[in-house]
Amino acid sequence: MTFAQTTESARPTAPGQATAAPAVAPASAAAVEIHDAHKWFGAHHVLAGISLAVPAGEVAVILGPSGSGKSTLLRAINHLEKLDVGHVAINGELIGVRRHGDRLKELPERAILAQRARIGFVFQNFNLFPHLTVLDNVTAAPVATGRLSRAEAAEFARALLTRVGLADKINSYPRQLSGGQQQRVAIARALALRPGVILFDEPTSALDPELVGDVLAVIRDLASSGTTLVIVTHEIGFAREVADLVVFLDEGRIVEQGPPSEVLDNPRHPRTREFLSKVL
Amino acid sequence: MSERVDASSAHRPDASLVAVSPVPPAPPVGAGPADEPARLTLAGPPAARRVIPQRRPGRWIATVVVLVVLAQVIHGLVTNPFYQWDRFDYWFSRPVILRGLLITLQVAAWSAVFGLVGGIVLALGRLSRNPILRSVSWVYIWLFRSVPLIVVLIFLYNFSALYQTLSVGVPFGPAFFSFDETALFSELAIAVIGISLNEAAYAAEVVRSGVLSVDQGQHEAASALGLPRFYQFRRIVLPQALRAIIPSYVNQLIGLIKATSLVFYVSLLDMFGTVQTMGASYPGDIIPLLLVGTVWYVILTSVVSVAQYYVERYYSRGALRAMPLTPLQWVHASVRDLRLRFTAAVAR
Repeated sequence: MTFAQTTESARPTAPGQATAAPAVAPASAAAVEIHDAHKWFGAHHVLAGISLAVPAGEVAVILGPSGSGKSTLLRAINHLEKLDVGHVAINGELIGVRRHGDRLKELPERAILAQRARIGFVFQNFNLFPHLTVLDNVTAAPVATGRLSRAEAAEFARALLTRVGLADKINSYPRQLSGGQQQRVAIARALALRPGVILFDEPTSALDPELVGDVLAVIRDLASSGTTLVIVTHEIGFAREVADLVVFLDEGRIVEQGPPSEVLDNPRHPRTREFLSKVL
Repeated sequence: MSERVDASSAHRPDASLVAVSPVPPAPPVGAGPADEPARLTLAGPPAARRVIPQRRPGRWIATVVVLVVLAQVIHGLVTNPFYQWDRFDYWFSRPVILRGLLITLQVAAWSAVFGLVGGIVLALGRLSRNPILRSVSWVYIWLFRSVPLIVVLIFLYNFSALYQTLSVGVPFGPAFFSFDETALFSELAIAVIGISLNEAAYAAEVVRSGVLSVDQGQHEAASALGLPRFYQFRRIVLPQALRAIIPSYVNQLIGLIKATSLVFYVSLLDMFGTVQTMGASYPGDIIPLLLVGTVWYVILTSVVSVAQYYVERYYSRGALRAMPLTPLQWVHASVRDLRLRFTAAVAR
């Protein structure tokens, strides 16, 4: 069955048309659940009905050609991008919206920010705060959200920076570091919130080839520690190594998903085959 | 069909030209014996092989011309008796001038504070997602940038003719307190209010441009970390925006210091107002009095410029890989360097 894993959901034709009686967050083992996600940028249907479940502690890698909606999907998980239709739940909790009768309503900003503080996000361009030292970058979120005192946050930050191999860079400013070091600081910054889920948006795409390895090593370490990871990447070899679930996206739809041994080594869909033959 | 014929006939003259061309093809650049790097071996010690920098005679000529003109200007300033430097000395720190200077400083300082606070509020209004706040801020900025400051000041001075009392209470409803307008506002208050209203409009645009200069990724990162909204503005966006804001705002501030000279028109004797009244009483001292005013304004703006240097330096933390030396550090380093060289020379 070629299309066994393909998502075939009813696609509404107009934006803003909420699905009647959404099946909101059923109790399940999935840490990240996306249900029938639709997103339009103007007339462009970026996400055309995506449903996906990532079980707790597993690593999902999202692949696909550029413009296929990978980053939009990832950003929708922590509500950096608002879905027009559909919803996202993390550990059973709706993200960015609440249920109001049989409709979904967007939460106030304060509540969304509180939810985001439990989801790590690592950007392609690091987006470290250039005017703060490495230590202040990592301690900012736990201190500002009132989770840790300044001293506790500093102690935790030191431990995290040691873990990513940057214990000696605590007092440097981001621009004094190489790209690979900056991305590892960004990962430590995301970890400072003790997130249950971490989202990576092409974490190695802006790096020199020789710096990619250090960052991948840190992510590999996280993958084996039982944190749920969702990674958008072009590193097929890395995907094969760490992924429990590989998702192939094209034109806003999931074309194929499954363990790497199936999707990467034995792709069933011609579009997946074509993509893999180009990038490998 | 005809195109193909055209194309072939167009090619033919080219081909014949190459065939009969009497000019031999030029040798490739760099192939000449003089340019061959392999043969360019220089003997001698490293000092002799040092590359001699380009000579720049034009720079020397320009330097001499500028120095001659500068010397003439200074000579004129010192020797022209009409400047009356002795009278300048007499007036420069007279108590009456210093009292005026105090007024100037008070008006400038209060207006700078209120203008900046108002400017930040207006800038946030213009950047807000609320269309009413956006439009109101825009209209305010449009209005106060359109009206000359002196008109605002004189308008305020005559404000009590428009509204005799000011009251605090329910809008369009009963009043809890009322004040007599003329008793409430001194000339100083009118001056500060007028300049602040004007300053806020300009400061708003300066602040807004600074906030817009912060990379979108910074907003996203702050938001993805779940930082509270006010914290995002105060600790992430504003410090980075200030790097762009400070140079333009100091420009504004210097303009503001000079604009305080207009408060004379609302019967406030600031430093320049004092210079004018003294000039009326001592017509022979007008030139030295104007020089006194000029020098005091130069001193005030210089203090601001020096402060700007250090504030800019503070907010460029992290923006540069290595901080440049401050002038003081530079002098220290140069003295240390000279001393080292001197001791080395003595030892030799």
